[in-house]
Amino acid sequence: MSLKDILTPFTAWKRVARTPVTVRDPFNDRPGADRYRGFHKNDVDTCIGCGTCESICENEAIDLVPFKDPVSGDSGLRPRIDYGRCCWCALCVDVCTTNSLTLSNEYTWVATDPEEYRYTPGVDKKSWDENEKGWKKPEGNYEFYDLNRVAMHHLHPEERSDSFIEMVTGYSKEQAMTEADRCVECGICIATCPAHMGIPEYIKAVRNDDMEEGMRVLYETNPLPEICGRICTHKCETVCSIGHKGDPLSIRWLKRYIADQIPSDKYKDILNTNNLEVNDKKVAIIGSGPSGLSAAYYLRLMGYQVTIFEQYAEAGGMMRYGIPEYRLPYDQLDKDINYILSLGVEIKYNTRIGDKITLADLGKKYDAVFAGTGLHLGRGTGIPGSDNEHVYYSTDLLRKITAGEEIEVAESVVVIGGGNVAMDITRSLARLQMKKYGRINIIATSLENEENMPADREEVVEAREEGAIIHPGWAPQSIEIENGVPKGLHVVKCNSLFDETGRFNPQCSMDIKEYWPGKMVVQSIGQGMDMTYLSDEFKENITFGPRGRVQTNEYFQTGVGWFFMGGDIIEGPDVIHGIANGHKAAVGIDRYIQDKLNSKK
Amino acid sequence: MDIRKIFQQYSDRTSYPEIGEDGKPIIDLSSHKYLKMWQGPQHPGVTGNMSLELTVCGDEIVESKTHVGYLHRGFEKLMERRKFIQCFPTCIRMCVAEPDPNEYLLAKCVEELSGIEVPEMAQWLRTLVLEMARLQVLLRGVPGQGGTFALGLGYQWGNYIRDLILDRFEELTGGRVYHMYILPGGVRGLLPDGFKKRMEENLKLADEFVKSIDDLMYSNSVFKQRAKGLAVIPKEYIDKYGVYGPSARAAGVMRDVRKTNPYLKYAELDFEPYTTTESDVYARSRVRWYDLQTTIDLIRQIMAKMPEKGEIKAPTPNVLHWKIPKGETYVKCESSRGEYGMYMVTDGSDMPRRVNLKGPSYTHANMLLEKLLINANIADTAGIMVSLATCPPEIER
Repeated sequence: MSLKDILTPFTAWKRVARTPVTVRDPFNDRPGADRYRGFHKNDVDTCIGCGTCESICENEAIDLVPFKDPVSGDSGLRPRIDYGRCCWCALCVDVCTTNSLTLSNEYTWVATDPEEYRYTPGVDKKSWDENEKGWKKPEGNYEFYDLNRVAMHHLHPEERSDSFIEMVTGYSKEQAMTEADRCVECGICIATCPAHMGIPEYIKAVRNDDMEEGMRVLYETNPLPEICGRICTHKCETVCSIGHKGDPLSIRWLKRYIADQIPSDKYKDILNTNNLEVNDKKVAIIGSGPSGLSAAYYLRLMGYQVTIFEQYAEAGGMMRYGIPEYRLPYDQLDKDINYILSLGVEIKYNTRIGDKITLADLGKKYDAVFAGTGLHLGRGTGIPGSDNEHVYYSTDLLRKITAGEEIEVAESVVVIGGGNVAMDITRSLARLQMKKYGRINIIATSLENEENMPADREEVVEAREEGAIIHPGWAPQSIEIENGVPKGLHVVKCNSLFDETGRFNPQCSMDIKEYWPGKMVVQSIGQGMDMTYLSDEFKENITFGPRGRVQTNEYFQTGVGWFFMGGDIIEGPDVIHGIANGHKAAVGIDRYIQDKLNSKK
Repeated sequence: MDIRKIFQQYSDRTSYPEIGEDGKPIIDLSSHKYLKMWQGPQHPGVTGNMSLELTVCGDEIVESKTHVGYLHRGFEKLMERRKFIQCFPTCIRMCVAEPDPNEYLLAKCVEELSGIEVPEMAQWLRTLVLEMARLQVLLRGVPGQGGTFALGLGYQWGNYIRDLILDRFEELTGGRVYHMYILPGGVRGLLPDGFKKRMEENLKLADEFVKSIDDLMYSNSVFKQRAKGLAVIPKEYIDKYGVYGPSARAAGVMRDVRKTNPYLKYAELDFEPYTTTESDVYARSRVRWYDLQTTIDLIRQIMAKMPEKGEIKAPTPNVLHWKIPKGETYVKCESSRGEYGMYMVTDGSDMPRRVNLKGPSYTHANMLLEKLLINANIADTAGIMVSLATCPPEIER
C-alpha cells in the first residue's frame, strides 16, 4: 500500500464536470435501431394466412383469426399477436412465406387495457403501421426452406420428338425427399384442390419415406393417383405458399412418386380392400372417365354393386382417348383403372347409352345412375374452308391415335387453338411427322397472346422444344382449299379478346395478315358435350344453366332424383374436377339411397 | 453471559469451529456461540437469486451451504418438446447476462449433428458477437467487483459504455439483450453501414474506462485491503472443483477455450490470456480487467480482418420439420465466466432428445463457494460470489 493507492481514486472527481449521459426523453430522443425488433406489422393484402408464423412461434403467441372470406390461395385468416406471450425473436418474420410480416422499430406502447396487447397487425391500426424501419427478413441467401424446386428430368427433345414414350422420368427417392422437405404444411393447397386432397399429409409421408401411408392418404380423396400424378392441372401448385417467393412445390410429381413406388399387387393390402362388403343396391355409371371411375370406386367402398357403361373398347374416357401417351402412358392408366375394376366394379364396353339401352331403362334397373360422359365432340371454327374433309377436329384425331388407327398426317400441318388439347394434338402430330417424314413442320396458332394462352406454360415450352412453331395472337380467317385439299390458313392479328363488359368479342387488325401453308388443318378450339342420351321427357325435369350445362345440387344430383351428373359436363374441364365430382356424387348417391330406404321403413 | 468474554475467547479465528472426529465442524447452535442465518434469495437476477445458508460466529462464517432452485425454469426439458429452431428463443435465456454463447453452442450442436458448414463471413460475425458479448459483460462485471465492496461509482461508468455496446448489438442483431442472432447455418445479418466506425468510438471510451477503473479500483487502498488475500482458491482445487476461465487463470492455470481449443476464427487472432498466481478476489478481478483489454483488442482485430461481404447463412433443411440423425455431441466455447459447454443428444426426430448445458457457475457457485466462504466475513460474501462470476440462471437452466 502506498500513498498513490490513497490518492488515485480521487481522480474520479474529474468526471464531475462532464455532461450527464442520461437520455432525457426516451420516447423521442431514442428511436430503435433500423433493424430493431419492435412491434409487428402485417401487409394484410400480401399475407395469405398460411400460418407458418403460427407454426414456428414457440411461445404460441400467434393465433390465426378470421379476417375475410377465404378464397383460393388465401385462407382468409390473419395472424393475431399476443404480447403477453411474444418474445420478439422475429422467427415469424423470417419464416413468412410472403414476406408480409415484419417488425417496426417502435418499442414503447402504453395501454390501460391488457386486452389491447393482443392485436392483429395490419387489421387493428397502429401508429407504427407506416414505419418503414425495423426487422425484415435478412436479404441474400437467407431462407428457412429451399425456394428452388428439385428439377424434374425430362427426356431430351431429340429423344422424344419421334416417340410416344413418357417424357417425364419421375423423381428418385432422394429427389422426392428433398422436394418434400420444402413443404411448410400450410394447407393452402387443400382448399384449392377440387378434390381437397390431403396434400401436406402425403408430402409428409414422402418425407418420412412411408409410401404406404402416402398411398392411404391419396386414396382417401383420389382413386386415380398415377393419372393425376402425371396430368393433373395442379391448381394446388398455383397457390402454393412457397410460390410467393420461389418455386411452388412439385405437388403433382410427389403424388406420382408415391403411386409409382407401390406395385399393383400391394394395393389391396395397403388400402385394406381385400374383403369389401356387397349390399343389394345397384348403381349404374355412364362413362368410365375420371368422374365415373371416382364415383364407382367410392360407391364400391360403400358396398354398392356398380356397373359402368363405356361407349369405347377401353376404359378411361378422355384420359385414354384425349391425352397422348407421352404424357400418360397406358400401362399407368391401366394400373389405376384395373385396381378399381378389381374391387368388383363391373364394366360393359362398347355400350353406348341411348342406343340399345336408354337412360330410362337404367333408371328402372338400378337404384341410381351417375353420368360422367365428358366432352367428346369437337367444336369447329366455322370459317370458310373448315368444312373440307381434310380439316379435322383434334378430339377425333387423338382418339384415332389411341385406338391405333392410321392417320394420314400431312407434311405440313396447321393447328387452330392454344389450349392444352391443341398442344396435345400439335405434339402428337409432330411425332407422327417425325416418324413419317423425318422432320417436323407444324404450326399452332391461338387467338390469345403469348401471356394469356390457355395451355399450361410447360406445354407450350415443350412443344417448341420439340420443333413445333407456336404463333399466339392470330385470328383464323379462312382455310385456302386447292384441288379439294387445304393449302394454308389465312390469319389476321388479334389485338384483344374481350370487350369492356368482359364479353368475348375479339378485336383484330384486319390489315396485319399472315398466311401459313398447311396441307392438313386441325381445329382445336374447345369441345362440346354429347347429351343425346337425355330424352325430351327427361329434359323437362332437368334445369339447364349457362352454356347448356345441367344444373345440379351440391351432390351433383339433377332434378330427377336418381340421376346424378358430374365431370367435364358439369365442371372443369379437367381430371381433378371429375374425380372430385365423382367422389361427391358417390356420397350424394349413398345419401339418396339411404334416405329412400329410411323412408320406406 | 458476558458477550465480550465470548468474543475474546474466540478472537483467534484459526481455532474454531472445532473439527470433530468425522472431519465435520462441531457446531452446537444451543451453545449461543453460533447463529444460523440466510443470505438471499432476494435479487431477481445476477448473483442474488440463489441462497446461502450461513452459520456465523460473530460476523464470521463458519459453515455455509448453498441452495439453488429459486429460478428453475426447466429450459433444458422444454427444449425436448420443441423443434430445433424453436429451441433458440428458449436457449438464449439460460444465461441472462451473456446470452450469445447459448445461441452459438446450440447452433453449433445442430450444425455438428447435421453436418452443416458455416460460411466464412458468418464465422467472423459470430466471433465478433461473442466478443461483444464478453465486452458488455466485463464492462459491468469488472466494476461490479468494486460494487460488492461499496464502490459503486465505477459500475455507473461501465454500465454507460455497456449500454453503448448494447446499441451496437441493437443495430447489428435487432435486439439489445436477447439477440437471436446466431441460428443454425449462420447469422441473421451483415454489419450495418458505419457500424465499425461507431464501434471504434465506443471502444475508445472503453479504453478510457480501462484506465479510469484501474485508478479507481485497483489502485484503491480500501479495495486492495478488502480483496487481497480474500477467498483464495488453492491450485489443487482447480481440477477438483472444475474451476474454469478467469478464476482458474488467477490461480496460475491456463484455461481458456479460445486458446486451448480454438473455435470459429480465434486461431487467426493474436491474443494471450492473462494469468497470475495469487488466486484471491483481487487477482480474479484483475484477470477480468486484463480480459477486458484483450476483448477490446480482439474486437478491433476482428473488425480489421473480417471480409466486407459474404454469405451469412448456409442452406439448411426446412426448419419447420428439420430432423437430425441420431447422434450426440459436446461443444464448448469460452464465456466471460469460463468454459461453457453444451451436450446434445438427438434421436432422429425433429426435436432434441436431451440438451444439457455445462456452465462454470454450477461448480463455482454451488460447490466451490461453500469452501471459500469458510472463515470469511459476512460482508465479503457478495464480493466472493461476484469474483466467481456466479450466474444462477445458468445453474438452473
